[in-house]
Amino acid sequence: MREITFAEATLEAMAEEMERDPRVFVMGEDIARQGGIFGQFKGLPQKFGYDRVRDTPISETTIVGSGVGAALAGMRPVVDMHFVDFVGIAMDEIYNQMAKVRYMFGGQATVPVVLRAPDGITQSAAAQHSQSLEAWFLHVPGLKVVIPSNPADAKGLLKSAIRDDNPVLYFENKVLYRQKGPVPEDEYLTPIGQANVVKEGKDVTIVSYSITLQKCIEAAKRLEQEGINVEVIDLRTIVPMDKETIYNSVKKTKHLVIAHEAVKTGGVGAEIAAAVAEDVIEYLDGPIMRLGGKFTPIPFSPALEKIWPPSVEDIYSAVKQII
Amino acid sequence: MNSIDKELLIKMYMNMVKIRRFEEKANELFLNGEIPGFVHLYIGEEAIATGVMFNLNTDDYITSTHRGHGHTISKGAELKPMMAEIMGKKTGYCHGKGGSMHIADFKVGMLGANGVVGGGFAIATGAALAAKLRGSKQVAVCFFGDGASNRGTFHESLNMASAWRLPVIFVCENNQYASTTPYRTTTSVENIADRAIGYSIPGVVANGNDVFDVYEVAKAAVERAREGGGPTLIEAKTYRIKGHFVGDPEMYRTKEEVNEHFENDDPIKNFKSQVLRRGELTDEEMDDIDKRVADEIKEAVEYGRKSPYPEPEEIYDDLYV
Repeated sequence: MREITFAEATLEAMAEEMERDPRVFVMGEDIARQGGIFGQFKGLPQKFGYDRVRDTPISETTIVGSGVGAALAGMRPVVDMHFVDFVGIAMDEIYNQMAKVRYMFGGQATVPVVLRAPDGITQSAAAQHSQSLEAWFLHVPGLKVVIPSNPADAKGLLKSAIRDDNPVLYFENKVLYRQKGPVPEDEYLTPIGQANVVKEGKDVTIVSYSITLQKCIEAAKRLEQEGINVEVIDLRTIVPMDKETIYNSVKKTKHLVIAHEAVKTGGVGAEIAAAVAEDVIEYLDGPIMRLGGKFTPIPFSPALEKIWPPSVEDIYSAVKQII
Repeated sequence: MNSIDKELLIKMYMNMVKIRRFEEKANELFLNGEIPGFVHLYIGEEAIATGVMFNLNTDDYITSTHRGHGHTISKGAELKPMMAEIMGKKTGYCHGKGGSMHIADFKVGMLGANGVVGGGFAIATGAALAAKLRGSKQVAVCFFGDGASNRGTFHESLNMASAWRLPVIFVCENNQYASTTPYRTTTSVENIADRAIGYSIPGVVANGNDVFDVYEVAKAAVERAREGGGPTLIEAKTYRIKGHFVGDPEMYRTKEEVNEHFENDDPIKNFKSQVLRRGELTDEEMDDIDKRVADEIKEAVEYGRKSPYPEPEEIYDDLYV
């Protein structure tokens, strides 16, 4: 199969969906003339014009809010957050408007808007350009949250998000943008709400997503050499969460480790651990281990930035601790 | 008043009376314990929604505020599902999930009241962007208060709407009070319309207690927007006769101040004296309208009272498509 980068995969998804549906348009800071600061919108305005691929003022609140308004008025907007770290500027528009209008208005409204948000640590971008904030939105009923880990899912999930009649937050990791992976040439959709068992195993389950998945696979390889057979699950979607896949795996392996780059405290791992403890604790043969970023802002210095998120070694050690 | 024929005069009068009677009834039902939550009344501001809305088509969009009953009625919503909604009943516009602060009727382009002050700016701007992208000639109107003009969303949305020449009209209902705070104590300008200059758009002050003045000012703004001329900021100066919400102890103003405004600035009284003086409508004609409105309100209240509350199993309905 041909290999393309994660960024190219998202670009293909955008182009195909804009081709397919004239209601789809995209707006954000630096996306049209610059092509996106990670090149993820390169060439789109040349294909679809500067009306449908719009450079916005630096007005995150109104970028997101007008996306909601355009969706309510029958369009299917994609809005780009530049960096997920700026999402707080538009928070009211997300949790009080976007997430609630359908329910609050008794189902009169559909809100087919996609919010794309580059996240994650890269190259000492420091405290305000490096975060992973997906857990914030796990707490807000009415949103869907997807977070792909590879180019094929990046394309298939973005296409599904654009076609979804609900608001979807799409978190795309900045390091992943440059990585290549196999992507089918024929059209396909990756369903929202389905986790992917990346590697089957019988001794321990590691649940992860986005960039950290690679570290889990790395750790699994080392563990295999020691005879520990690891099952690795790529969550792909955070809301709605595919608990069934997690539970089935835990029932089989009886051990659970969860790893993500976002801060561990109050993170997605906490929700998974709580759900597993509530529903299938009787299958567990040891404590649930969570790995996540440290409870500090992300430091600038490469020496500190490097040790902030969980490492392959951390994941390896966590498994060893409970097996 | 050449542009306003008798049919329109009757509709305007009926609309203002409908709002006034609906609000008086809402006040009564709230105090009676029949309406839960918060209720913010539009009494004294009827001329603004009325004057603006008779320039709009059904497929034009509006965004409203926490004080949204007047906008909802004016855009063409029916009183029965409105009353049922604010009573929390299943037959309401939002099946009882929204209430007074979140009332909406998408069938008539009413994109929702909003519990967040200044929450409508970006939504209206986006609806106008949708219209522009489609080339549909629809316009969007954003109603907001003097208090909301101090939100960041005001600045961001007016800038974006102007930069992109979007068909949106921003209508500030300056009722003198931002919740309970006199707006002049917290606002940099006397006329909120003056802020339009910062966005290179027209800023027009209208007498918000005179439906004819609002109608003419809005007409020019709507025509400009429809023809691709971009946004206008209208400031309709009025006065909030009732407290911020029903039950507001109103520590921030005197009864004399309120009474003086109600005596001199009541938009319905103002309308009546103008049309009688000009011989355009008679007392009998207006009395007849009053009766029809009273009947309609009565039916709406009965409908609301008779309607069932939502069933517990409906709590998860309409969260996702």
